[in-house]
Amino acid sequence: MEVELRNPRRIMEFDGPMAVTALLTRLSLNRESVLVIRDGTLVPGDAMLADGDHVEIRSVISGGSQ
Amino acid sequence: MKCRVCREPAVIDIRRHNANFCVEHFLRLCRDQVVKAIDRHEMLRPTDRVLVAISGGKDSLALWDILVALGYEADGLYLGLGIGDYSASSEGFARRFAEERGLSLEVVDLQEEYGFNVPEGARAARRVPCSACGLSKRHLFDEAARRGEYDAVATGHNLDDEAAVLFGNVLRWQQDYLGRQRPVLPAGCGFPRKVKPLVRLGEREMAAYCVLRGIEYMVEECPMAVGNKHLGYKEALNAIEEQSPGSKHDFYFGYLDRVVDRFGESAGRDGSDIGTCARCGAPAGNEVCAFCRLLERVGGADPGHRSEPAGTGNRTSVSIGPTRVGTTGGVTGARQ
Repeated sequence: MEVELRNPRRIMEFDGPMAVTALLTRLSLNRESVLVIRDGTLVPGDAMLADGDHVEIRSVISGGSQ
Repeated sequence: MKCRVCREPAVIDIRRHNANFCVEHFLRLCRDQVVKAIDRHEMLRPTDRVLVAISGGKDSLALWDILVALGYEADGLYLGLGIGDYSASSEGFARRFAEERGLSLEVVDLQEEYGFNVPEGARAARRVPCSACGLSKRHLFDEAARRGEYDAVATGHNLDDEAAVLFGNVLRWQQDYLGRQRPVLPAGCGFPRKVKPLVRLGEREMAAYCVLRGIEYMVEECPMAVGNKHLGYKEALNAIEEQSPGSKHDFYFGYLDRVVDRFGESAGRDGSDIGTCARCGAPAGNEVCAFCRLLERVGGADPGHRSEPAGTGNRTSVSIGPTRVGTTGGVTGARQ
């Protein structure tokens, strides 16, 4: 599967099937800090990702002035 | 995973609620949490005119979307900060959101109106960029609210923002700031009422809300904010949250429920030390307000020139006719 990450934008390849939580563990990402979007749709932590999926991992943390 | 409410397939899991939700019930949860925040903290009356501080990011656009859905007369104000491509892209997201929904968005460009941008302001004032940015935003949103006679300014600060600020203020025992850290700052001494209706919703929920509502927003982080302390506090709190879901909620709301009053009332709003800026007429604790001092250092334009009434600026115009969403029938399973 093709996994797109942001900030900075980059593409990584992984073999499926793989659970969303397992993918985040492989990438050392905190579930609180990202959304996982497959083909434009949100997927929860237990969803299985398959070969051929396009997956975006979008950081949700933002912050500057208060 | 099944939705906690209807048992249909879930699209998001929220560990601090120990619950999963489908699209419909997640969106309802978000609106219900905003209603609860508004009601519990007496943020807004149903007839209030609200000025929403718009950045083009997920929080401000989601907030605007929810307030309009709840039936509030809510206009947007976008402040062009002059941070290169980041500002240009952010403004595009803000404008498209307003145009597609027929909402009123006023755009104020810092460079055009005041003769400087945030990077220049930060250098001239020897402040970090986020400090110069925040100072400019607070001053100009207050000024726009007075000019447009709005009842309140609403900002998109969410639970993660508030918990991170609280964390930073506690680390250094910033008593003045701690006393001011409330979800509502009442109007007074020339300042408009400030409200934060998203305090019951986390950052991840706001991003999910935008994805599920089809709201396109500025995903990339502000280049000026990269590496700042605020982001570091958020990462630290998320590391704790991962091990102990609900920690951020308990930290922030425990502070509001049991601690904040020990630091006194909203600092600076009792009138004891607030006068009027000799240059721009804004409320100020000194003869000249902090924004005018920043302008002086950067060699920018006299702020007194911008005194035209609301509605004459660079506006994307509009009509709003939403229906107020009911406040009952809340989603079950949400942390109270």
